[in-house]
Amino acid sequence: MTVDDALTRAHREEWARVVATLTRRFGDLGVAEDAAAEAFATAVEKWPSDGVPANPGAWLTTTGSRKAIDRLRRESRRDDKHEEARLLFDEPPRDVGAVDDDRLRLVFTCCHPALSPEARVALTLRMVGGLTMPEIARAFLVPEPTMGQRITRAKAKIKAAHIPYRMPEAEDLPRRVDGVLAVLFLVFNEGYLATGPDTDPVRHDLTAEAIRLTRLVRELVPGGEVTGLLALMLLTQARAAARVSATGELVTLDEQDRGAWDRDLIDEGHALVRETLADVAAGGPPPGRYQLLAAINAVHTYARDARDTDWSQITTLYDRLVRLDPSPVVALNRAVAVAQVDGPDVALALVDRLPLDGYHAFHATRADLLRRLGRSPEARDAYDRAIALAGNTAETAYLTRRRDQLASPSANRIG
Amino acid sequence: MPQYLLSVYGPAEREPYGDYGSKEAMLEAFAATGAFNDKLVADGHFVFANGLAEATTATVVDGRGDEPVLTDGPYVEAKEYIGGFWVIEAPDLDVALKLAAEGSKACGGKVEVRPFQTEDDIKEMLGA
Repeated sequence: MTVDDALTRAHREEWARVVATLTRRFGDLGVAEDAAAEAFATAVEKWPSDGVPANPGAWLTTTGSRKAIDRLRRESRRDDKHEEARLLFDEPPRDVGAVDDDRLRLVFTCCHPALSPEARVALTLRMVGGLTMPEIARAFLVPEPTMGQRITRAKAKIKAAHIPYRMPEAEDLPRRVDGVLAVLFLVFNEGYLATGPDTDPVRHDLTAEAIRLTRLVRELVPGGEVTGLLALMLLTQARAAARVSATGELVTLDEQDRGAWDRDLIDEGHALVRETLADVAAGGPPPGRYQLLAAINAVHTYARDARDTDWSQITTLYDRLVRLDPSPVVALNRAVAVAQVDGPDVALALVDRLPLDGYHAFHATRADLLRRLGRSPEARDAYDRAIALAGNTAETAYLTRRRDQLASPSANRIG
Repeated sequence: MPQYLLSVYGPAEREPYGDYGSKEAMLEAFAATGAFNDKLVADGHFVFANGLAEATTATVVDGRGDEPVLTDGPYVEAKEYIGGFWVIEAPDLDVALKLAAEGSKACGGKVEVRPFQTEDDIKEMLGA
């Protein structure tokens, strides 16, 4: 392994551990972040001549600790001799279990419900994911100063309001884990259906990071919904290559080249879904939202051909999801499955009742159902609305082609 | 230990029974708030608590010039004002938020939780 590889690998594998350990030692996320960044900069400088240390994580943590102590001493904020002695000699043993707990504490701190959702996403990517400020700003299409201010404000609030760096109380844990999963799902979705006129339709950096962090959280707090979310991400990511055509157009599930799907990701996703099903069958808690979504995606990816899709099973899974989450967006997705089982007319009646006028997928779904019912002029209007609202370049291209393929109003034939 | 200001907001114009609708509801909220205060004292969180008179009774004083300038009414024009507050001590925000939720339930109003500055914050501001 070259030094560059070692540095990349250390950054990927050790960043969160180093920040987490330093946060515990120094009680300050900002100090920990700066010291970790300095430690990695020192590694870039020294490893090529000194060689890669035997235990890069321990080297980075020790170097980061020294940097933090230097800084605190410089700023003479902690000039108390006892405090300094504690920082110097109270080196905590690098017990893997304890360090993993640190990373988990870090995740819970970054996803604290007292922070805005945008701040939670940004902080998690910075502190746990190790992405740089410019990378995060680019990923969410906001100017760097804006993203910088968002992260700075969040760190200041954590400090001033004393947001704790510890595991949530047992009674709060399920809700807090849900909050963490919501952040990870948001990161993944932004990567999978990236918005913005000049943005790649799939942001692999974000989807990969979301999957990596979900794997980490699953290692630390195993549970049905974490497994479900990981399976959902894998089964979605598996289709990424088939999802955008060579001409940059979105390819819908029924038209995708299933041979281009990533079999390894699908196999892993299926294994995880089977695991959650077995847990439920063994008397575990009923499946939550992510497990149901993962199961729906498993049904899709089991079908080698779109025509073999078991739509009635998908409808059944959506029925369960609707009971759990009666939001109109879930009802919209259920209607798509209903169209396959009961026909587009039944589905259209369901869709027309939904209060989703500002949502591009609502108009795209209506457009498709109207098209299948031969109601071209109405379909055209619906495509127009969907195109006006869609933010993803590949989706806009797809919807435009579909609209332009409709029979022209003067031709008066069924399109 | 960190201290937090827990402010309760209510409408600018108060109804006959405060913001409670009826005498019974008002008495009930008073009793629940009293019990909550007792619990704060017993658990060592209590620093101070009280309810405020209507915002229209406030006077703004600007004493920066030669003579103080007085203005009738609250400093900020708003639809809702602080109707009362607690000052509590708690080891961290999670504890403060839990107490705020209990206080909100007891008094029947939304509660804003805001940390007080600490000595460290001020030192840092001074760059010391």
